[in-house]
Amino acid sequence: MPILDMTVMILVMAGVTYLIRMIPFAFFRKKIKSDYLNSFLYYIPYAVLSAMTFPYIFYSTENFYTALIGTVIAIVASVCKRSLLTVAILACLSVLIFGFII
Amino acid sequence: MQGKNLSFKNGIKDGLPIGLGYLSVAFAFGVQASIAGLPFFMSVFISMTNLTSAGQLAGLTVIATLGTILEMILTQLVINARYFLMSITLSQKLDGSFTLGHRLLCSAFVTDEIFAVAVAKPNTLNRVYFYGLVILPYVGWTTGTLLGALAGDILPLFITNSLGIALYAMFIAIIIPPSITNRGVLPAVLFGAGLSCALYYIPFFAGISTGLSVIISAILSAGITAFIFPIKGGNKNADT
Repeated sequence: MPILDMTVMILVMAGVTYLIRMIPFAFFRKKIKSDYLNSFLYYIPYAVLSAMTFPYIFYSTENFYTALIGTVIAIVASVCKRSLLTVAILACLSVLIFGFII
Repeated sequence: MQGKNLSFKNGIKDGLPIGLGYLSVAFAFGVQASIAGLPFFMSVFISMTNLTSAGQLAGLTVIATLGTILEMILTQLVINARYFLMSITLSQKLDGSFTLGHRLLCSAFVTDEIFAVAVAKPNTLNRVYFYGLVILPYVGWTTGTLLGALAGDILPLFITNSLGIALYAMFIAIIIPPSITNRGVLPAVLFGAGLSCALYYIPFFAGISTGLSVIISAILSAGITAFIFPIKGGNKNADT
């Protein structure tokens, strides 16, 4: 994508993101009453992150099998409640090491 | 009762751990952007103007796959919808020092972690504390992106390939712990992943772009989960 088009895309992205944050922050005084809408907004980040991660994580390292190992390691480390950074480092290291083995 | 007034220094102190955390997440984003072929200054430009990990990765995908402006708008609306809820909640905690101008500026810095810290303060928030709180996260986010983008451009391929999994691994680290403790989060995560994989692998859906696929999967997943496991009272805000 040419730099100019890319700049336009990024500005659109930034504008939408800003408006979502700004409109309620600057102008709202009332709470959302609907339980359904509140529940939806509560679950949406988890749904988004998992939909963004799977299946794309499997193709994040240029090798399906190293990515698969990295994914399993990341899941195990997360179940063990390791921090974000630890999980990321363990996943990267396992991809790196397994990449040498296969 | 009026508690102690939160100072700029209190804000800086609370913002420091967030800033350090953002350094690593933004580094992972910078590497991703480099792999996607963005020049490093564009990656930093994205981080300076957006300040959101999932939204930026989704936006990056739209750019890398030559998506349309409409696709970009829809993607950001869905993925960043949670900020709407957080901003509503925070807006009720702001004291009189937040005049309209300051509200317009401060709202740009509402992120998951900044929200979590700010909303946990027992009393009202003043703008001096809020500015202190957001500075280091902002610096960490932009600096981390710059370092990651440069690293992605410079490091040998076998290392950048292994770094490519970092951001996704962090997303896993965000969604798994609450999946274990909260009965509604697990189905939201499983539906989201399952639908996304179905749209990706079933040949019939091959025409659907990545951005659109994430939107459809996330809306259906959160919509179904909210129906099956509604949260009563509506004051349990997302805190991740």
